Amino acid sequence: MAVTIAQPASQPKPKRRAAAALAIGLLVAFGLLLVIMTLSINFGAADVAPSTVWASLFDYDPSSTQHLIIRTLRMPRVLVAAIVGAILALAGAIMQGLTRNPLADAGLLGIESGAALGVVLAITFFDIKTLNLYSIFAFAGAAVTAVLVYSLGSLGRGGPTPLKLTLAGAMITAFCSSFTSAILILDQQTLDEVRLWLAGTVAGRDLGLIGQSLPYVVVGMILALSLGRSLTAMSLGEDVARGLGQRTGWVKTIAAIAVILLAGSAVALAGPIGFLGLLVPHIMRFIVGLDYRWLLPYCAIGGALLLVVADIIGRVIVRPMEVPVGVVTALLGGPMFIYLVRWRVQR
Amino acid sequence: MLATDTLTLGYDGPNILDQLSITLPAGQITALIGPNGCGKSTLLRGLARLIKPKHGSVVLDGHDIQRIPTRQLATQLGILPQNPVAPEGLTVRELVAQGRYPHQRWFQQWSATDETAVRSALEITNMVELADRAVDALSGGQRQRAWIAMTLAQETDIILLDEPTTFLDLAHQVEVLQLLEQLNRQSGRTIVMVVHDLNHATRHADHVIALRAGVVQAAGAPRDVITPSLLRTVFGIEAEVIPDPRSGVPLCIPYGLCAAEASDSLLHADAVGNRA
Repeated sequence: MAVTIAQPASQPKPKRRAAAALAIGLLVAFGLLLVIMTLSINFGAADVAPSTVWASLFDYDPSSTQHLIIRTLRMPRVLVAAIVGAILALAGAIMQGLTRNPLADAGLLGIESGAALGVVLAITFFDIKTLNLYSIFAFAGAAVTAVLVYSLGSLGRGGPTPLKLTLAGAMITAFCSSFTSAILILDQQTLDEVRLWLAGTVAGRDLGLIGQSLPYVVVGMILALSLGRSLTAMSLGEDVARGLGQRTGWVKTIAAIAVILLAGSAVALAGPIGFLGLLVPHIMRFIVGLDYRWLLPYCAIGGALLLVVADIIGRVIVRPMEVPVGVVTALLGGPMFIYLVRWRVQR
Repeated sequence: MLATDTLTLGYDGPNILDQLSITLPAGQITALIGPNGCGKSTLLRGLARLIKPKHGSVVLDGHDIQRIPTRQLATQLGILPQNPVAPEGLTVRELVAQGRYPHQRWFQQWSATDETAVRSALEITNMVELADRAVDALSGGQRQRAWIAMTLAQETDIILLDEPTTFLDLAHQVEVLQLLEQLNRQSGRTIVMVVHDLNHATRHADHVIALRAGVVQAAGAPRDVITPSLLRTVFGIEAEVIPDPRSGVPLCIPYGLCAAEASDSLLHADAVGNRA
């Protein structure tokens, strides 16, 4: 990505970047992601040589323990991290652009906690065990909380301001989390099932589960990436966007569907992972500027990179124990949140 | 030509404009004037289709604008809302480039025509030197010129502006108004603007529409329309209207509130004010 950062030092703000440089930067970032994903697979309680990783992918030998570890544990894990990182960052970028709210994030605005509550309800009351059905409940929970937070945050003067949306998000998060805790206190069996998942983890998923979530993820990503130009116009304000010929109602609907699919899938796959959707778009804006046609793909790759790295960190810091990746992102994201509140939010 | 036909506009509460039929002359500068809450900003938003009429219609060249596809309308009519805010770090050039949105398709994103339009919008507004600066780092007057440049890049025959000079100091007010006048005189664009300063309206507009409580009190050339009695009815002020020593257009000098109108006018402004 270093290619795209090169800017004249005297200029105060990010400039218009040449499309070629941005495209190359994107490819480089994608290459870097693949390298780090491979490293992540190499890395673990039993170290595996890169050549073995390669062999396990393309020349699978079921009798090899190492191949087995890679195919059933490490590869699904790194794939989940990459997918969840990408879709949470996309969801965050869309929400920030659409609401012109620098604090928008599926976690902060309560959508992840709603999706999580949906999943816990599904397990407790409907005894559901497959990820496919988890997803449906996660989407329902995400949709309900998204509508609630947006309506609550829009009440009163001035419509949905960053402050009101964030407060509404905090309130709904508190409500959903309490409700989730209450269920788990009363139901030991569900607790055992979801304890780790609720902290946000990319471990313990298999390829089948990833496959089940893939249709939602793919549709959500396509919708998200199709919004690029519209989001840039929307970030100038709704009146301006409409004056420029945007069908803003339509854009908002597509964006809401994309956010619900992306955040819901992420929660179904990995539990609620906070701050990633907040962090990545701000970092990427600094690197690629404000054109969402570029910002969105960069966020997807940047989010994947960040979560894969966070997962590696979580496996290293308290070896041989593991810290769930959701805890790592919260540790990284907390300071960023304070920085944004202190210096970036106007109102 | 832009006109309204028995146009009724409002938000959730009572109607702000009721059965309004006006014509905005093509190729001229029209100023919408009136006290706070009289519905002038609402009217401008209605003309730009930012609010849907409760009744009646806005007619552009014989077509109801509700029936014109959104993107096509955006190639005929541009609007600059009041006090727009650009995202932090967006450069002037990036902002102006957004004006090309209605002319683009997803498969044909940036053409030579787009480049020329952006270039010429920057030149007309004298923003070439500042093109790579962030909009939020500019002075108020420069920022307003950047936004006007975006509207120009849209290349519409009609430009609507909501209080384009508010929050600007005197020199920047004159700068923006002269720019609008130049756009009108040189390329025949129809300009409709909401203004608060009556003397701006008389100096720079060819046509003035005075509104009060959603009703047109007078419409026509400034010389014919701006009279002490109109100022009394519309604003509830006692004013002297004298010919401008240089241009001869009416010049208003307000002296005080009319005793009877004052309380009524303020009450009304309070009740409806700030909604738009």
